[in-house]
Amino acid sequence: MLKYTEDHEWLKQDGDEIIVGITAYATEQLGDVVFIELPEVGREVEAGEEIVVIESVKAASDIVAPVAGTITAVNEALPDTPGAVNEDALGTWFFRIKPASVELDGFMDEAAYNEMIG
Amino acid sequence: MAELRRTKLYDLHLSRGGKMVPFAGWEMPVQYPMGVLGEHLHTRTKAGLFDVSHMGQVILRGPDAALSLEMLVPADIAGLAEGRQRYGLFTNATGGILDDLMIANKGDHLFLVVNAACVDQDIAHLRQLEAKGISVEPVEGRALLALQGPEAEAVLARLIPGVAAMKFMDVAEFDWQGAVLWISRSGYTGEDGFEISVPEAQAMALAEALLADEDVAPIGLGARDSLRLEAGMPLYGHDMDTETSPGAAALGWSIPKARRLGGVREGGFPGADTILAELAAGATKTRRGLRPEGRAPIREGVEIFAAAEGGETIGKVCSGGFGPSVGGPVAMAILPAELAEGDTVFAELRGKRMPVTLTAIPFHKPSYKR
Repeated sequence: MLKYTEDHEWLKQDGDEIIVGITAYATEQLGDVVFIELPEVGREVEAGEEIVVIESVKAASDIVAPVAGTITAVNEALPDTPGAVNEDALGTWFFRIKPASVELDGFMDEAAYNEMIG
Repeated sequence: MAELRRTKLYDLHLSRGGKMVPFAGWEMPVQYPMGVLGEHLHTRTKAGLFDVSHMGQVILRGPDAALSLEMLVPADIAGLAEGRQRYGLFTNATGGILDDLMIANKGDHLFLVVNAACVDQDIAHLRQLEAKGISVEPVEGRALLALQGPEAEAVLARLIPGVAAMKFMDVAEFDWQGAVLWISRSGYTGEDGFEISVPEAQAMALAEALLADEDVAPIGLGARDSLRLEAGMPLYGHDMDTETSPGAAALGWSIPKARRLGGVREGGFPGADTILAELAAGATKTRRGLRPEGRAPIREGVEIFAAAEGGETIGKVCSGGFGPSVGGPVAMAILPAELAEGDTVFAELRGKRMPVTLTAIPFHKPSYKR
């Protein structure tokens, strides 16, 4: 089951890692995505740290680390096909992070997230 | 903050799913569901319909209106033939630019189109000419549409056959369903196309008639900006302002020989001494095209350096973003004139200096009907 952050990321737990992408709502707000810069694998990040640069035709923005942990993998195909995230937001992952502690209970479920975005 | 104004096409924007944003005091569509990328490419391959009713339309009448306007605009207006249009600049006493505008000779009057953000200031500026017997008439009650793209001629000619005979920068009047349309063959996209001044009462019907053609899609301000950027066209307030000279803005071409030093109607406009001296000597810095080597867009305000490390900034990006037809990022910056096309400079982006190549503008070759 997916969890959601206030920064419009979706989180999917997979063993002791979390797979992270952004919501369809986020892609609608961004518009057509034309550039994505992913973090280096192995990088240790803090919760809330800006680790992905995402630029649309309109503006630049960031994706933050949802939890503290280590980046274990990134979607290498994404920088060459940034528009994929507009096509299928939930099917397009950005990075996998291994958190210091596997704990998603603090995040919203889909119903709570939908309530937040109205 | 004052309430935002709405154009006569406001309801159409909403019904087409336009995402409305504040722009120069107006509530305008930045994009429709097609999205900026799709709208941009649609305009380059088919035809796009833009609501540009927020722009200022002004009529000047009076004896020698053209010569009088030359006191404010360093263009050849006296030599502009009836039925023709030309680009020009309002300059200020220090040699900067107050606004850019289009000037059409319509026989017994001049028709001007100015930027939305500058319209009040431009009209006040133009009123100086009243002392010369010129009447300055802000046009009320007319909307302004632009139809741009390779299919624009075919689409518009289905409603108004006469437009097919117009050439780039021609202006003419046509009747359409009882309304008189003021049409110019021009635009702000680098594509062939038309700008159509239409009485507000018929504006919605005309827009709907154009959109009924399957080749036409409504286009928002987002794609208008990326289209003009690829076409290398400057945007007032970004690529030029009161601190930017025509030479620095790479708009010296709009000041013809007749208005330059030694010309038959030399000078006689605000800032002429500085502006003409700079054009005669060659501007030391001027607006250039930039192509970043990677995919990352460099946007307005990004600083440019000569070296990969250290050194002072040599300029700032004035317009930049992703060019959908180019398929990569494009930008413009005012940079030292001694730099040559093909030279590499560096844009500082998120603390890193990225190589960018000086490139000729436009980035996308225009396809006007000459």
